[in-house]
Amino acid sequence: MSLQVSDLKVYYRTLAGDVKALDGATFSIADKEIMGLAGESGCGKSTLGNSLIRLDGRMRYVGGSVNLDGNELPVWDNQGMNEFRFRDVSVIPQYAMSAMNPTRKIGTMTAELLESRGEKYREIKPELLRRIDLVGLDRDVLGRYPIELSGGMKQRMVMVISTLLDPSLLIADEITSALDVSTQRAVAETLVSFRDHGFVKSMIVITHDVSILYQTADTILIMYAGKLAEKAPTKTIIEGAMHPYTKMLISSLPEVGVRYANKKLSGIPGSPPSLLRPPVGCRFRARCPLAFDKCVEEPPFVKVARDHMAACWKVTGSDA
Amino acid sequence: MRRYFGRKLLTYTLTLFIAATIDWLIPRFMPGDPVYGLMSRMGNNSSPEAAKALSDYYYNLFGLNQPIWQQYLNFWGGLLHGDLGRSVFEHGQPVTDAIMAAVPYTLALLIPAILLSWWAGNSFGALAARRKWLDNTMLPVGYILTATPYMWLGIVLAFVFGFTLKMFPFANSYGLNLEPSFTWLFFTDLVAHWMLPFLSLFLVMFGGWAIGMRNMIIYELDADYSRYLEALGAPQRLVRKYAFRNAMLPQITGLALQLGVIVAGSLVTEIVFSYQGVGLLLFNAIKSEDYFLLQGIFLFVIVGVLAANFLVDIAYVIVDPRTRVGMRGGTA
Repeated sequence: MSLQVSDLKVYYRTLAGDVKALDGATFSIADKEIMGLAGESGCGKSTLGNSLIRLDGRMRYVGGSVNLDGNELPVWDNQGMNEFRFRDVSVIPQYAMSAMNPTRKIGTMTAELLESRGEKYREIKPELLRRIDLVGLDRDVLGRYPIELSGGMKQRMVMVISTLLDPSLLIADEITSALDVSTQRAVAETLVSFRDHGFVKSMIVITHDVSILYQTADTILIMYAGKLAEKAPTKTIIEGAMHPYTKMLISSLPEVGVRYANKKLSGIPGSPPSLLRPPVGCRFRARCPLAFDKCVEEPPFVKVARDHMAACWKVTGSDA
Repeated sequence: MRRYFGRKLLTYTLTLFIAATIDWLIPRFMPGDPVYGLMSRMGNNSSPEAAKALSDYYYNLFGLNQPIWQQYLNFWGGLLHGDLGRSVFEHGQPVTDAIMAAVPYTLALLIPAILLSWWAGNSFGALAARRKWLDNTMLPVGYILTATPYMWLGIVLAFVFGFTLKMFPFANSYGLNLEPSFTWLFFTDLVAHWMLPFLSLFLVMFGGWAIGMRNMIIYELDADYSRYLEALGAPQRLVRKYAFRNAMLPQITGLALQLGVIVAGSLVTEIVFSYQGVGLLLFNAIKSEDYFLLQGIFLFVIVGVLAANFLVDIAYVIVDPRTRVGMRGGTA
């Protein structure tokens, strides 16, 4: 087991009270696994991703633990996490286009970053150049400023920098959202190749775009309103999802080869609940066509089949 | 690179031409007659014929009896020879001499005030951005300081340190019982007279710089590149270094603008302290409708602003790579 997260809770502090953006997440990721993390906006997927590497000022660690390769990550301790960042856990941020200091040459910035972490830039540089070749950039990008690169080039450069120290876990946060479709595919393929080359051991790919996960991810974890809904291998999620939310989410995607002129794509009526005062029991209850009495109790996230976890009373049976 | 500076140079030359023309026009739009003013200040108790002869002499001396277009051409002709005309207020003394006599005082007052307040304000603002208690105490003080009018602070300083505590003299640039000379006595006297006007300028500007820097640093520390560095575990030292460097860019522009208006900038402070700089000279020139002195001083300001802006253009090319990209016509 590469990564094990148990009952992780991270809330946002607001004047109105705590927003329970991540309310008890328990899951694990195996070595070599690329896990897709999907859900609609505000479901807590980015909060989960961020909480594994850096909580920003408004986030508050409430409880739970994170274990990476047998080491407990001090996710609540910003200073304590520094040792693990970059070397063990790394991130390709949502804002990859603006992640590099605009007034420093990319090579200089990389060198300063590495040296500040006690690494020798000179020793790492050959590998850095090799990886720049691998993602299809010119070697002279190191002598350029970020503004001289296109969006896609910046994205690839950040991917190379983030994975330079061969982290055990890489978090890719909405990295395809700002790209056009053809570049999305290239980025997705690069992620997979990073895993295949052994640059990263396992990966969490956060996105609201399930189709990108279909090309990339081994498993998919679906979140809804701060809770985990379902986790299963990609194929199972696409073809044999059990949680009603996952089913409706997948069925709202267009399929290749199907004409939608006559048939309207189905969406999910309603909107997610406020996480300031979330409803008791299953949080999908109000929008769920299958909801019944038992749903006022909170469904546990449990194993329902081999490699398949879900949190739904209809799936596990009300006596579970 | 050459094209960039060529284009800049052209812009500056054109600006200089237009500004100088406006500079020539504005005093002449003023109501009143400078020679008449001069004559009346001299005490006109001679005979009407003598007064007529004297005023004719002055009209002729200043070239004011020529048609207006000729005066304009004379202005440019003189300007290109470095001749700014003669001052009406200073009894026919060349304008360049009158300005040059005042410039050292203004520069000695403003350059240290601007540079020191810039340096101290930026350092202090950057420090305040990372210390909560300092931020909480500094911010209100900074806002009060920067909102204070120079002259009011000047008057308060003159009252407290000059009038009440008698620590520093609060009028003129040196004691009127002394002759300017390279002696220790004169130098200490000069510094003592310099202290209060300097402080009033320094304190007000310090507040502005400190607040600006603090806000910029906080903004930069929240920028994406800062967050990325932190996510990769970079020490605060590196993150702050980058944030500081980038936060400095707007401050450099601000400094240049300050340096540009250096000449006229301390007008009210110089009046409050009767400090014999360019500001006081300008004040007197306006009072006595002295076309040539006004023109000369404004021209001085114009050239100062343009030169400072040009220096900043160059400085920006050095410190901010993004301008260099723009220069090559590169695409972002």
